[in-house]
Amino acid sequence: MPPAAHHPPTARRSTKLALDPGLVRRARALARKAGAPVVELARTHTTVSVERAVLRLAGVSGADSDGIPWVNRLLDAVRDDVGLGNGVALPACHAMAREGTTDLTELAQKAAAGSVRFTLPSGRDEAAARRVARRAVAAGIKRIDRRRVERERLVKRHGDPKQRPWIYLIVATGDIYEDIPQAQAAARAGADVIAVIRSTGQSLLDYVPEGATREGFAGTYATQENFRLMRAALDESSKELGRYVRLTNYASGLCMPEIATLAGMERLDMMLNDSMYGILFRDINPIRTFVDQRFSRQIHARAGIIINTGEDNYLTTADAVEAAHTVTVSQLLNEYFAHEAGLEDWQLGIGHAFEINPDLPESFRLELAHAMLARELFPDAPLKWMPPTKHMTGDVFRGNLLDGFFNLVGTLTGQGILLVGMMTEAVVTPWLSDRDIALQNVRYVLGACGGLHEDFAPAPGGFIQQRANQVLCEAIELLERIVDPDSSHQNSPALRHAAGGLLNAIADGTFGIMKRPADRGKGLDGVAKRESGYYNPASEILEEAA
Amino acid sequence: MTPQRRDGAASGRAAARRTDGAAKRGELASPLVGHQPRATVSSAKTIIRPYGDITGDGMVQLSFTLPMPADKRAEGAALQLAAKMGIDPAMVVHAKPMGDGFTFFVVYGSVNHLVDLSKVEVVERDFPLLGAKEINTLVRRGLRRKLVVVGACIGTDAHTVGIDAILNVKGIAGEKGLEYYRELRVVNMGAQVGVPDLVETARHEKADAVLVSQVVTQRDAHLQNTREMSAAFREALPADKRPLLVVGGPRFDDKMTTELGVDRIFGRGTTPREVASYLVDALVTRKKAA
Repeated sequence: MPPAAHHPPTARRSTKLALDPGLVRRARALARKAGAPVVELARTHTTVSVERAVLRLAGVSGADSDGIPWVNRLLDAVRDDVGLGNGVALPACHAMAREGTTDLTELAQKAAAGSVRFTLPSGRDEAAARRVARRAVAAGIKRIDRRRVERERLVKRHGDPKQRPWIYLIVATGDIYEDIPQAQAAARAGADVIAVIRSTGQSLLDYVPEGATREGFAGTYATQENFRLMRAALDESSKELGRYVRLTNYASGLCMPEIATLAGMERLDMMLNDSMYGILFRDINPIRTFVDQRFSRQIHARAGIIINTGEDNYLTTADAVEAAHTVTVSQLLNEYFAHEAGLEDWQLGIGHAFEINPDLPESFRLELAHAMLARELFPDAPLKWMPPTKHMTGDVFRGNLLDGFFNLVGTLTGQGILLVGMMTEAVVTPWLSDRDIALQNVRYVLGACGGLHEDFAPAPGGFIQQRANQVLCEAIELLERIVDPDSSHQNSPALRHAAGGLLNAIADGTFGIMKRPADRGKGLDGVAKRESGYYNPASEILEEAA
Repeated sequence: MTPQRRDGAASGRAAARRTDGAAKRGELASPLVGHQPRATVSSAKTIIRPYGDITGDGMVQLSFTLPMPADKRAEGAALQLAAKMGIDPAMVVHAKPMGDGFTFFVVYGSVNHLVDLSKVEVVERDFPLLGAKEINTLVRRGLRRKLVVVGACIGTDAHTVGIDAILNVKGIAGEKGLEYYRELRVVNMGAQVGVPDLVETARHEKADAVLVSQVVTQRDAHLQNTREMSAAFREALPADKRPLLVVGGPRFDDKMTTELGVDRIFGRGTTPREVASYLVDALVTRKKAA
């Protein structure tokens, strides 16, 4: 698919840091080498959530009276009879023919009542089931394609934000009908991107809740209906404001492929979608995560959605100076996995954050060096720049100053997406006035020195150049250790995973200090090796295009 | 973008409204000049007032938003609120429209309330609240090994929100969960764990503490489950081998420890740091002292 019309302006390919192009190439090659076995793992496995995403694309929707989605009921019934390893598409479509229905949701209802037996079709039956499955899923993908075209049309009509970085604000009340006016007010106050934070714990639900929701814990459930309502509201705002206001949600947790699918079908514009976040921070099984990741990224690629990766999170646990190179390594891995899944550079909101302890001497110069390194390593990606959280203490005055310096780095280093920092971080969920003060802060900095990057170049061989080069070299060293199994350490050989270095590095606690072995974690029971007869029409269609 | 009133105009108006009393105290905005703060409260003195730049001036600053458009009436409303809070004279030094029909204010003024130190009541936590570094250091020095925590939702309760908020690195309210502490080893068994499995895991992992989360309270399930759990530990292990038993959930009464047979109950709003501080206090500091 050709790049979208609203391709964000790319930063000029500068060499302000005098990075050695050979080193940069080496870092990318190592990331590819580290990531390739994981991609192979993803190609040879499937998960319950990938299969449920296939069912959603094929048109299954709604939930039973207990709120269990029909995709879950149908998949569980199929799995009980024939297992997961052949995929859900063939047994479900075969049963549909036998039951004399053309509606998969109806089949799900019958299956839930226990009146359908699923079998694996063969011969002519298989060919027929294949055709039916492919046609049904193609309709779902067509819907995603139409949504992408619609976005491109609306962006053309209303226009992109006038400035870079795009200003990204969060709303999170738990009640979608409260979120809507808040989001519209935020857009009016200057937000270009609205993110609706999810309810605490949704990432660990193995189903996607249904319908409009009014209760959540510190966030609002991601549901198809909530997506639809918020997108419609922001379409109104876009019209009113004369710029297209983007909507963000979270494709993470156990239902990542399904949420990505729903996002594509409801024209969400950005999705949080990190390759390792669920493993490290939610203790989700690594294989489950990588399989789900690949499928969700293929959907995002197709839907024209910009992903945001989550490197900022490592810095909230590990030290932002000591662990700076792990951020770079993760960025390179995220880039590799994204490209492999078909995402283009303009869709890579690669993450990083302003989390260095402000009491550290030269902390601002270090931040600047790290941010410039990300900018120069990924010149065509709209980097996602995340505000300080770890060192926000409740001293709102100092917090406002820190946020100002964060904004300064953001404009000085050409970040693509700037998440607006709140001085009341760690105190309250932002008040109306907190958001207003935070936006005033952003506007002041962008207005006062939006073009400063034109004048600013760090001194050759000076502190910033040295630091950036040091972080790059440390990143390369770490990637070398990941790739070379002989230099592996710590864990006993029994725990070492055959798929290679990256899974072992994760098991050893390389990223964000968490140790996550490949045979542990939530959602492992929802993973299956693909059998020889495995068929997934969605993957087939998505990979044909790529 | 919101139309913005120039701040200079706002402070001009505020200055015009300044009362004589305030004027005598001098320019609020005058920076960096004047008085060295003297040691304020002598030990005998029990009545104090807020300190701006002169002892006894009672000066406070506050900011708030009123749901009305920014105009004269709004400033009057802000002054009325300040007066009802005991701030008199009050000065609106900044008023700014925000969104549709809201105004943000910054008010300075002298508050006429007195603080009587002899009547200050402090609810003391019976353990000190520590930072991650201190917690890790205490465990390393006190135990010379990792402190082992086993967590679970027991019974039919599938709400892992609570236990995950306390244990997962992700944490809650900006605080990292117990997994984040290098010197704690966390085994999170997840939801719907049977009591025998929990006891077995605790024994196998040599748990120092067992954390149980209970959200569902239908027919007092949380109380019954907790009693069953504590009884099972009492049966399975002698007192000196028994892990510290901690339960948490939104509907517990934290005074019911004896009745439920547990060592500690945490209620709504508990953060991981509080739990970690408690564990270190109970398992390291107090053990050493005993």
